[in-house]
Amino acid sequence: MSKRTDMTDTHNWSGQKLVSTDYMLFEAPRTKHFMTGSEVLKEAVKRCTVDASVSYPITPQSEAAHLIGELWAEGYVGVYFRGENEFGVMSEVAGCSMAGARTITTTSGPGTLRAMENFAMWSGTRAPMQLVLMARGINSPLTIQPDNLEVFYLLESGMMIWYAENVQELFDMSIAAFTVAEKPDVHVPIVTVVDGFFVSHTREAVELPDDDIAIEPYDPYASPLPPIDSEMPPGRFLRDPFVMKSNYISYAAHASWQFEIRSAVERSVPYAKHFLNGLVHVSGDEDAELAFVACGTASQQAKEAQRELTKLGIKSKVIKLRTIRPFPEAELLEALQGVKHAFVPEFNVVGWLANDVKAKLYGKCDTEIIGGPRVGGGMSMPAEAIIAEVMEKVNG
Amino acid sequence: MALDIYKINPEFRDIMPQEIIDLEEKATWSVKMEKARGIKELPQSKELLEEHSLCAGCPEAAALRYVLSALPVPEETVIVNSTGCTSLMFPHIALHTVHSLFGNQNAVASGIKRVLEWRFPDKQKDVVVLAGDGATVDIGLDYTLQSFFRQEKITTICFDNEVYANTGGQESGMTAKGQVFKMAPTGKKFEKVPMWELAKTSGCHYSVNLTASAPKQVAKVVREAILIAREIGPTYINLYTPCILEIGLSANEGLGEMKDQDKGRFEFYKHVSPEAEAYLAKCKEEGLL
Ligand SMILES: Cc1ncc(C[n+]2csc(CCOP(=O)(O)OP(=O)(O)O)c2C)c(N)n1
Ligand code: SF4
Ligand SMILES: [Mg+2]
Repeated sequence: MSKRTDMTDTHNWSGQKLVSTDYMLFEAPRTKHFMTGSEVLKEAVKRCTVDASVSYPITPQSEAAHLIGELWAEGYVGVYFRGENEFGVMSEVAGCSMAGARTITTTSGPGTLRAMENFAMWSGTRAPMQLVLMARGINSPLTIQPDNLEVFYLLESGMMIWYAENVQELFDMSIAAFTVAEKPDVHVPIVTVVDGFFVSHTREAVELPDDDIAIEPYDPYASPLPPIDSEMPPGRFLRDPFVMKSNYISYAAHASWQFEIRSAVERSVPYAKHFLNGLVHVSGDEDAELAFVACGTASQQAKEAQRELTKLGIKSKVIKLRTIRPFPEAELLEALQGVKHAFVPEFNVVGWLANDVKAKLYGKCDTEIIGGPRVGGGMSMPAEAIIAEVMEKVNG
Repeated sequence: MALDIYKINPEFRDIMPQEIIDLEEKATWSVKMEKARGIKELPQSKELLEEHSLCAGCPEAAALRYVLSALPVPEETVIVNSTGCTSLMFPHIALHTVHSLFGNQNAVASGIKRVLEWRFPDKQKDVVVLAGDGATVDIGLDYTLQSFFRQEKITTICFDNEVYANTGGQESGMTAKGQVFKMAPTGKKFEKVPMWELAKTSGCHYSVNLTASAPKQVAKVVREAILIAREIGPTYINLYTPCILEIGLSANEGLGEMKDQDKGRFEFYKHVSPEAEAYLAKCKEEGLL
C-alpha cells in the first residue's frame, strides 16, 4: 500500500509526476483510446491524486465505483471502502473531506435520494468533494433506466452541478471539477452528472494524457473552514453551531451563510469558464431563429435533429449547457440573441431544465422557451421526435 | 501542532473573558502533564464553560468533564457529536468537534479516522463519537453497528438518558419498558435495547454499561476504551446520564438517580475481548493506564 507521506514536491505517493490542471487538460500530449464512461472515470481519478473514496453498489454507477476500488488496490487512491448505504456513504465521504482529503464518490437515482440530507450538509460545511452522478430513474415503479429527474432534487442543494455530454467530457470535467471545487474562494462540493448507460456504458473514442502524471494534491490548509485534523485551530462554525446561541444570531448567521454558499457557487464562474472552455457550447447555424437548449445526452440528440433540420432547409442551433449550477445566464442570453423559439428536450417527464431556464430568463429575453420534447423512464429520444415537435411549431 | 492551536491569539487575550483563558490555561492538556493527568485534577481544572445551555444539574455536563479529563491526548482528539442535548455542550469546549447531522455520527467518524490515519501515518489521532441514545441506537443504529462490523478504530460513547430529551421527551429504544413518555402515551411497549450486548456481538473489543455516578470509574473506562480503539478496534460505552427534567427530578437529584440505577438497569457490565485484554496489560506495563 502507498503512504501519503511518500509524496514529494514533484511526485505523488504513487510515483506520478505532479502537474498543473492546465497542463493536464490543455498541454499534455494525448493518445486515443476506446472506453466507456465508467472506464474513463477510472482514468480521470487515476490522474487526480485522490485521497479517499467510499462506494456503494447501484446500477449504473457500480462499475465506476469498482474501478475506483481497483485504483485503491493499485495504490493510487489512499482510502477506499464500501459503506452501508448511500446515506452512510455520503456521511463517510463528508468525514473524509472534513479531515482534509480530496474525496470522490459516485451514485445513481435511488442512491441520490437516499442520501439527500447529506448534500445540504456538504455545501454547508464547504466540503469540496466530487459526486459523480450517473443519472437513473427513481422509484416507483422500479427502474434502472437513464432518466435524469434526480438532478432536479439537487438543484438548490448549494452544490455546483456540471453536466457532461459524453465519455470524453466526463474525463475532462471530472478532473477540472476537483480543481474548481477546491479553489479557496469557491470551496463547495461539485456534482458531475452524466446520463446513466448512455455515457456510463457506451464505448467511445477518447483522447487521454499519459497516466504517469497527476494533478497537484489538495491543500486542506487553503480551505475557508479549517480541516478537522487537530493541526489547525478549530473552526468556530463547527464549534459554535448557531442554534446554540441567541435566536437573533441564529437567524442572521444561518441566512448569511446560505447566501455565502450561493455566492461561492457564483464565484466558480471564471474558473469553470477557463477549464470548460465556456459554460455553454453552441453548434449549428449562428443566425438561426430556432434553438435547442439542452444538457447531456439530450444535447447530442438535439445536434442530430439540427443536422436533419438543415437537410429540410430549416436553420437551428444547439446551446449545450455545461453547468447547471452556476446557471450560465449571461452566456445563454448571448446565445439566444435573435432566437425566436427555443426548445428544451429532456430525459425526464417534469421538465426541470425548461422550468429552470424559464425562471432564470424571465423578463430578460424575448425568446419563447418551449419545454419539450420529453421522454421518461429511460426511453430514447430519436431525432424524429424532436423534429416532429419543431415542425408543429413551424407549420402551426 | 498539538496544544499551540488551542491557544488564544495574543492580540485578543486582553479582551477575553477569564473563563475562556481558563479553558486554555487550566484544562488538563497532555503536554502539561507532569504526572498522569486525569480525573484527580478536575476540581482545579476547566474543560467546559459553565455558560452551556443544559438544564441546571443535568448530569451530562459533569459526565462530559469526566470524559474530557480521561482523553489520553485531548489536543490530538476529534470528537464527533450528533444533534440532541449532548450537542449543546460542544460549543463550550476547546477541542476539535464536528456536528453534521442527527444520527450519522459513526459514519462521519469513520471517514475522519480513516483519513487521519492516511494523512498522518506517524501520529496518533483519536476519534471519539459522543451522542445521545436516540442518535446512537434509534436513528443512527445502522451507522453505529456498521462501524463496529467494519472494525473502525473509534470509540463510541452513548450518553444514554433513556429519552429523546432535546425534542421534549419522547420515548426512545433505550427507554425502559412501560415508561410513559410522549409518543408512548400508554407506556413503552418493548424492552430497553441491550446496546452494550449488541456492541459485543457486532465486534466491539470493549463494551461497558455504567452510570456516571462514579467519576473515577467513568474516566478509567473512557481511557481504556480509547487506548483499545487505537490498536485493536471499535469500543463502546453506554453511560447513564439521566434526563432529570423529563423524569421530574430537581437539579441536585441526578447523582442519587444514577446511584439507584447502579443496581438497576445500568448494573455494571463489561466485555473485553482477549486481544483487548492483552493490550490493556501491555498499556499498564508501559504506564499508559
Ligand atoms: C433527521 C432528523 N430527525 C429528527 C431530528 C429531531 N431531533 C433533534 S434532537 C432529537 C433527539 C435527540 O435524542 P438523543 O439522541 O437521545 O439526545 P438527547 O437530546 O436525549 O441528549 C431529535 C429527534 C433531527 N434533528 N434530524
Ligand atoms: S432536557 Fe434533560 S438531558 Fe437535556 S439538558 Fe435538560 S436535563 Fe439534561
Ligand atoms: Mg437521549
